This record gives sequence, structure tokens and C-alpha cells, in this order.
Amino acid sequence: MTIKAIQEDLIDEFSMFENWEERYQYMIDLGKTLPLIDEQYKTQENIIKGCQSRVWVHAEMDGDKVVFTADSDAIITKGIIAILIRVFSNQNPQDIIDADTDFIDEIGLKEHLSPTRANGLVSMIKQLKMYAIAYQTQLN
Amino acid sequence: MFPVEDIRKDFPILQRQVNGKPLVYFDNAATSQTPQQVIDAIVDYYSNYNANIHRGVHSLSQEATDKYEEARLKIQKHFNAKASHEIIMTAGTTHGINLVASGFTALLKKGDEVIVSALEHHSNIVPWQMLCERTGAILKVIPMNDEGELIISAYDELLSEKTKLVFVNHISNALGTINPIESIVQKAHAVGAAVLIDGAQACPHLKADVQALDVDFYVASAHKMCGPTGVGMLYGKEEWLNKLPPYQGGGEMIAEVTFEKTTYADLPHKFEAGTPNICGGIAFGAAIDYMNQIGFKNIETYEHELLDYATKRLLEIEGLKIYGTSKNKTSVISFNLKDIHPYDVGTLLDKMGIAVRTGHHCAQPIMDYFKIPGTIRASFAFYNTKNEIDTLVEGVKKAKMMLS
Repeated sequence: MTIKAIQEDLIDEFSMFENWEERYQYMIDLGKTLPLIDEQYKTQENIIKGCQSRVWVHAEMDGDKVVFTADSDAIITKGIIAILIRVFSNQNPQDIIDADTDFIDEIGLKEHLSPTRANGLVSMIKQLKMYAIAYQTQLN
Repeated sequence: MFPVEDIRKDFPILQRQVNGKPLVYFDNAATSQTPQQVIDAIVDYYSNYNANIHRGVHSLSQEATDKYEEARLKIQKHFNAKASHEIIMTAGTTHGINLVASGFTALLKKGDEVIVSALEHHSNIVPWQMLCERTGAILKVIPMNDEGELIISAYDELLSEKTKLVFVNHISNALGTINPIESIVQKAHAVGAAVLIDGAQACPHLKADVQALDVDFYVASAHKMCGPTGVGMLYGKEEWLNKLPPYQGGGEMIAEVTFEKTTYADLPHKFEAGTPNICGGIAFGAAIDYMNQIGFKNIETYEHELLDYATKRLLEIEGLKIYGTSKNKTSVISFNLKDIHPYDVGTLLDKMGIAVRTGHHCAQPIMDYFKIPGTIRASFAFYNTKNEIDTLVEGVKKAKMMLS
């Protein structure tokens, strides 16, 4: 599936929620159920420091696709990470580089990606793109 | 009875909604809200007598200067400084601390010791660490106990003739603990050390008397006590302010300038280079008037009632732990829910229109002590109500249910 198609799926799914409680409960459940990262990658090196919640990101290549795994110590942050991983993982580096994140606004999570929000998510997206750029350079 | 409903009418912001819910503002320790009386002072300044001060011969400048100096007198009276030139207008608490820390560069030498407490905000740690780096002085730390109180017997052991400076907050921003300032000052003075007290968290809750406390320096911010941001005050005993060199060079702080040599202005102008926050200073004065009109005794009694009520209600929630349990504390409650990250709780409370602070509150050493990433902090002001506390309690219960 292309990044765009996954984003459209997400927008569809989130449009079913009638209020913020349902939307957040969904993210919390996502955050709770998904084992997102291998413990060995929860290293100081892979940490993205937000002021409040911490985020770990690990990337590796599988064929011509970048596979991301990530985690956070805060569950809502982890839920949002799960959504970002669904969008960006298992994609070609160039597609990751070219992708936008406008869907976040459409699914009502914009506030979490404001640069003033101290949860590390903005830095996380930057990091995902950095990995993609690095892998793309290798491919070239 | 405390007229809280009437008082709330003074604060336009308390009428607004956040995320579709009436705002419950419990982040007062970060910044307090602004009453109409202070907003009016700001509007009045820019509408009627905006001019640069201390230099114009024209009437507007004179009016602005008079009002600004009047504000300094209000601050002097409020904190009971001996003389108005002992009040330096600053950009806020952090600015005041940096001014003093910078000045001490000339007064410290390698091997001298300075003492900080484990309860400090980063702004009362980092400037002193930088001072130690510049001078080779050594930073010592007064430890705290599980209640979030300073261990005074350990302080006694740290003090020696090497101690030159002690800096402690009056009230901890993260936990609300009120520190025993009188005894900290007396003991420091006994070994000849100067004391700076960070009053940022105390100024909204109590009236500090700098002469009675016998502190050498006291710093505070207007925005913690119903005034605007970007303005604050540094009190310094005259003898100390005379010993410290100027902090910043510029206009206003000079007596005479030639390219060979500049002589500096007298106190307080020596430390007030450049055009100050004139409007902010005047509004700071208006905020002090406003709070004194309500009365600090009344504020203290009412806030204590809120603290007791909130403590009791929050502890009804299973798995909720309060950090900072000193008997001597102000209306600040730092807490966590078992196995739940504070950021998650804060995020959900925000959706319910409840503003709390989450995180380490710029006091990482305290969080390290308790081995937690942070806390949820609800801090109450005299314009908060028990109803709002009930809303918080319901909100925390709901967040807990969603996150468990």
C-alpha cells in the first residue's frame, strides 16, 4: 500500500469516532497492545528527547524498504507512534522523504505534532525522514 | 467567607472555554492569570502616557517616569525593603539570579564554596554552576527527605568558612514545600556567607519581608502574582549591590561616558541598562495593589483550604501518590497515578478543559530523587474553587479509567 492510501484509510477510520474520548481510547488501546520495538534497540543512541515523554526509534532496511520500529514511555505518545509507523514503515526511502503529514491534522491529532508540544513526536518524524535520506543516499 | 465568586469576575480569562469545556486553570505555579485592574493599567499606559523614562524633559516622559518609580515604591513597600534603590527592576526571577551570579564572578575565588538546595528550579541551579565554572568555586547541595523537605542537619555540615553564598528557593515550584528561610539565613550569616532567596513561588502566596528574613538578595517575578510576564524584581541589601559590578552596559546605567573611562550610575540605575519594561513595571505595581487589596492573610487562609480539600479528594483515588508531603507547604500538589505516565494524564485532562502542568517542572534533580520521569502538578490560586477541584478529581478518575 502506498503512504497516501494508508493515510486515507486512517482518515476513514478516525472519521467513525464521534468524540475525543473514542479517538483517544483508540490510540491508548493501540499504544497498549502493540509491542513496537525490540528491547535491545531501546538504547541511549536511539532515544529522541522530548521534554516529557521519551521516544525510541530504530530503522533497518529490508530489501528496498525501510522498516521502522519505535516506542515511548507514555502510552498516548506510543499510540501516535503506532499510527506513524503504520504510515511510514515498509516504504521506499524516496516515498518516505516525499510524504507529507497533513493527515495528522485530518484525524484530529494536530496538537500532538505542534513544535511546542514536548513529546518528541516532531523530532521523531524528522528522524524518520533522516533515516530515509540516509538509506536513499546508500541506494544511489 | 472569602468572596471567590466576586474575585473571579475580575479575571476575564476565567470565563472562557477550552476544548468546549469551561476552563479550569490549575497551572498557577507556572503563571498566574491577570485581573482586569492590571490589564487596565497596561492599556492606560499605552493609551495615555507611553514615553521613555528618566531622560525626557517633556511631560509624557515625566508622567511615565513618575508612574514607573511609583511602582518601584510599591514593590519596596510590599517586600519591606529599607530603601527603594535596593529594588532593581528586572525581566524576571531568572534575570535577577543571573545578575547576582554574574556579579559574584568578581567576588569568588577557586576553592570557595556555594550551597544550593536539592529542591531548586533549574534557574536557581544553572547560573550558579556557570559561576562555579568561571571562578573554580565548588557547588554543594543540601539534600532533601522523602517528604520533600530540606535536611537542615546536612546543611549545617556543609556550612564552613569556605561558604560564600547560599541560594535556596522560598517555596519549591515542583512540590510546594515552604523552606525554613530564617534559619537558613541565620546559619549562613554565622559563617559570613550571603544568601539569595528565589521567591518566584512564594510571591503569589505570602508576603515576604526581606528585612525580617534578613536575606541579602530576594528575587521574584510579576507574572507569578497577577502581573505581566517579562518583569520582576531583585532586592539586594545596599552594601551587597554596591559590591557587585554592573551586569549589563548601556544607557541609563552610566554617570559619565568617555572613551577613556565610564563611571556608573548610582543604585538602582547601575543595574538597569537600557530602556526597561516600563509598562510591565507599572503593571507589576498594579498587581501588587490588587493582591494586597484582597489581602495576603485572606489569600493564605483560603488557599490552604483549597489545598486541604484537594489533598483529601485526590487521595480518594486508588493508586494516586502525592509527592511533597511536608506539613509546611503551599497550594501545589504534585502527583502521579500508579503505572501511568504523567504526560498521558495531562493530555487527557487538557481535553477536559483542565490545565495542569506535567513533566519535571524544570526541577530534574527532584524527579531523580523520587525516580520518576515527572509528575502531574495542580497548583491553586485564590481565584480557584472547590468546584473546580471536584472537576479535577473527576477528570483524573476518567483519565485513569481510560489509561488503565
